[in-house]
Amino acid sequence: MNGAAAIELLDVRKQFGATRIIQGVNLSVRQGERLAIIGPNGAGKSTLFNLISGRFPLTSGRIRLNGQDITGLPPYRINRLGLSRSFQVTNIFHRMSVYENIRCGVLWSLGYKYSFWHPVNRLRDVQRRAEETMERIGLARRRNVQAGVLSYAEQRALEIGITIAGGAEVILLDEPTAGMSRTETAQAVELIRTVTEGKTLIMVEHDMGVVFGLADRISVLVYGEVIATDTPEAVRANPAVQEAYLGGMHKEAAA
Amino acid sequence: MSTLRYRPLDLGRWIVWGATALLFALAPLMSDASFVLTLLSQMGILIIFALSYNMLLGQGGMLSFGHAVYSGLGAYFTVHALNLVGKGAFWFPVTLLPLVGGLAGLAFGLIFGYVTTKKSGTTFAMISLGIGEMVYACVLMFPAFFGGEGGISTNRVVGEPVLGLTYGPALQVYYLIAAWAFVSMAAMFALTQTPLGRMANAVRDNPERAEFVGYNTQRVRYLQMCLSAFFAGVAGGLSCINYEIVSAENVSALRSGGVLIATFIGGVGLFFGPILGAIVFTLFAIALSGFTKAWLLYLGLFFLAMVLYAPGGLAWLIAIQIPVLRARRFSELLWPYALALAAGLMLLCGLIGAVEMIYHLSLESAEESVIALAGLEVDVRALPSWLAVGALLAAGGVAMRHASRFVSARWHAIQQDIQRGAA
Amino acid sequence: MEFFLVQLLNGISYGLLLFMLSSGLTIVFSLMGVLNFAHASFYMLGAYFAYQVSTVLGFWAGLVVAPLLVGLVGMAVERYGLRQVHKHGHVAELLFTFGLAYLIEEAVHLIWGRSALEYRVPPELDGPIFQIMGSPYPMYRTFMMLVSVAMLVSIWLALTRTRIGLVIQAALSHPETVEALGHNVPRVFMLVFGGGAALAGLAGVIGGAAFVTDPGMAVSVGPIVFVIVVVGGMGSLAGAFVASLLIGCLQNFSISLDWSLAGLFSWFGWMVGPDTPLWSLWNVKLSQAAPVLPYLLMVLMLIFRPKGLMGTREG
Repeated sequence: MNGAAAIELLDVRKQFGATRIIQGVNLSVRQGERLAIIGPNGAGKSTLFNLISGRFPLTSGRIRLNGQDITGLPPYRINRLGLSRSFQVTNIFHRMSVYENIRCGVLWSLGYKYSFWHPVNRLRDVQRRAEETMERIGLARRRNVQAGVLSYAEQRALEIGITIAGGAEVILLDEPTAGMSRTETAQAVELIRTVTEGKTLIMVEHDMGVVFGLADRISVLVYGEVIATDTPEAVRANPAVQEAYLGGMHKEAAA
Repeated sequence: MSTLRYRPLDLGRWIVWGATALLFALAPLMSDASFVLTLLSQMGILIIFALSYNMLLGQGGMLSFGHAVYSGLGAYFTVHALNLVGKGAFWFPVTLLPLVGGLAGLAFGLIFGYVTTKKSGTTFAMISLGIGEMVYACVLMFPAFFGGEGGISTNRVVGEPVLGLTYGPALQVYYLIAAWAFVSMAAMFALTQTPLGRMANAVRDNPERAEFVGYNTQRVRYLQMCLSAFFAGVAGGLSCINYEIVSAENVSALRSGGVLIATFIGGVGLFFGPILGAIVFTLFAIALSGFTKAWLLYLGLFFLAMVLYAPGGLAWLIAIQIPVLRARRFSELLWPYALALAAGLMLLCGLIGAVEMIYHLSLESAEESVIALAGLEVDVRALPSWLAVGALLAAGGVAMRHASRFVSARWHAIQQDIQRGAA
Repeated sequence: MEFFLVQLLNGISYGLLLFMLSSGLTIVFSLMGVLNFAHASFYMLGAYFAYQVSTVLGFWAGLVVAPLLVGLVGMAVERYGLRQVHKHGHVAELLFTFGLAYLIEEAVHLIWGRSALEYRVPPELDGPIFQIMGSPYPMYRTFMMLVSVAMLVSIWLALTRTRIGLVIQAALSHPETVEALGHNVPRVFMLVFGGGAALAGLAGVIGGAAFVTDPGMAVSVGPIVFVIVVVGGMGSLAGAFVASLLIGCLQNFSISLDWSLAGLFSWFGWMVGPDTPLWSLWNVKLSQAAPVLPYLLMVLMLIFRPKGLMGTREG
């Protein structure tokens, strides 16, 4: 494991109108580390992901990827620098086949960019990478099926497949197991573990089983602030976390 | 389980392209009549134009109301090039002149496309319309270059014939158009199979996801637009050679709307859709306009009916029959289809009767109250004629309702069986 | 000065007429996400219906009946057409209204013929109403402004005082909330679409009499209204209002001015003559360039302020 920071957030803030969603988050994730972000609903977890991946502009603060400032860059530039993300609500190309979906995730990273002179079906490297990815996410047999008609769990797997297909070093997964059954969740955890081997992983997750099984460290986000970042055991024992997090959970339950 | 490779398709592809080339080559042999050649030439030009339009609408999800800008400006630059060659300013084979149109189209695609492709969806559509109107107004503003209302005429027979081709006879012009149409078709198909072509589809379906796999969606749309403008320019160049005149009409909203209608009727979802659309549209325009002045109305009605009931176009209507044919169930649909066809014909007769009678009444020179409709003498001022038309419409409507229910019931039953068989 | 005042008044009255069109378009767009390509066709129908009614019952009956008829047509279009294609998305809806525009134009050809109609200002509104520095100002132009302002006030009242108005306002400021309203509000959609069509019809009644009533009137005003919506900012009523007045004045001033770039250059002391390269460009008079100006404005707006004057949404 390498000590250098893959992702650094420096006093990141985000406001929608007068509402402060993210209020000064500082976070540093080492290369090869697996970090889970937990917190009650509305704590700003997905917003934080949207800020890191360039979907929304920051109100203030800076974000660095492998030491390089990526603040304010559009999503595609950030992706090209080696950061890839998945979405909480399945975000795939519904009208394309599984193979084509994965291929979309592969093309840029292999340097084909906006080429209009390469016949895409004859690109061996693209084909190989796409086949490999489909093998890894267990959808090789569903190669030619239209993505829109896959089962929910399969679509979630495809979502991860598109995310990792480009070989990005930093992977952001937004609630990868949301809406899955127990067995599906267990399979998904194994999948995430294998495909992010040796990469930096940041994930938002609600399922505590998944979080404690996968994460090296956990950050707790409450009302747009990180109140603790530590090993799973330490976070579990942290009274401040219990107070704030469970307090938040209670409020949520009451609402 | 073994994975499917793309190889097996290649033979089929050779057959399809070979047959297309053969069709282009043999089409003029159908008849000696000169209007057949006129028709075919027009079809060839529209095929290129509609395919280029579908690079935007079908493949890139960009609904443009101003595509004639690129073909029209391509035509203007071609006409000037042709006239310069005619004056002996420089030498250039007429065979390659459409390239001038293509490059002009590309150049204006680079300029205007930069503005239009900043947006997508509805806003793109409005801006494309605005650009179209702007160019049209500009064309009338600079008569020195564009020739004002009358346009610029030319003579395509210039210079020394190359390989014996003078382009005097219409047949030679047809083969010029056919050759360019074939090459453009192949090129545009090849473009769909490139990284840009595939990502254009991705951006059409889900622009957000495309941004997160490294693609600047604006750039994808822009490049797709430029390439499309090139082929539109080629079509414009060919129309200049074919008609030997280029006027403001070439860049008009009417032209832009025409290519949109042709493409949509044919079908935007499949590559061959616009080809089909170009053929049908040309038949409509040339064949029907000879019979009735209300042909545009019929075209509009046809278009609306397609939008409402068959948004995938004719190509889609054909393509969805293939699984049924494969399952050997098509014969079960023959009877419902025949009934629907009969009901449709009844409705159509009533509609045509009503339209033609109203048209006749509204014409200034409507002294004569008896018109000939399909060999029948119809008195447009007599009540029975109107009753007959009304009865046709009502009966047709009711029959259509029943027939379409019949078709859809059979259709769904067959689809269910096919799906059950596949699962 | 007198020239300036008269042109300004003409510009404002034309601008207000344009706003009657662009407001309906904007409201329908905000609420339903549908860009109604046939909006200008409803404007044309308004004029033709009013003509037809006025031949029997006179101008004033036409003023009332024609917009109502157009509103009914609009409601029928929403109920039996748009609602069917809604499931296929906004592009399909746009295509439907495009086809409709085409069809309405052809139907007008079919029923009323291709030449302009004798639809004129009624005698009681003909003639001057007051003098601006000695030159008379036509009463009908004043009437146009009056109707437009009355319309403006009633839209404002409808938006602030009625339930549907509140829904529309919510849609204008938070377009995503309309999706939360979901499919439970088809009647609101129908009424709003009909209302937008009726507004366009009213504009047609008074515009047709002021300018010309012919089958080309939809095509000539339609693109301008789209430009207004883009320049004002998609979905912004205030933006549409400002842009309408702006373009109304721009068009009125530019068609009556003979300025050219060559003239401007000579003012700076640069002599530009027929031998100068691109002479035909420098020599274009503002009055000749008038048709291009709104589109040029739109292009410049898109390059320098893509959201439009008061827009909050990205396209």
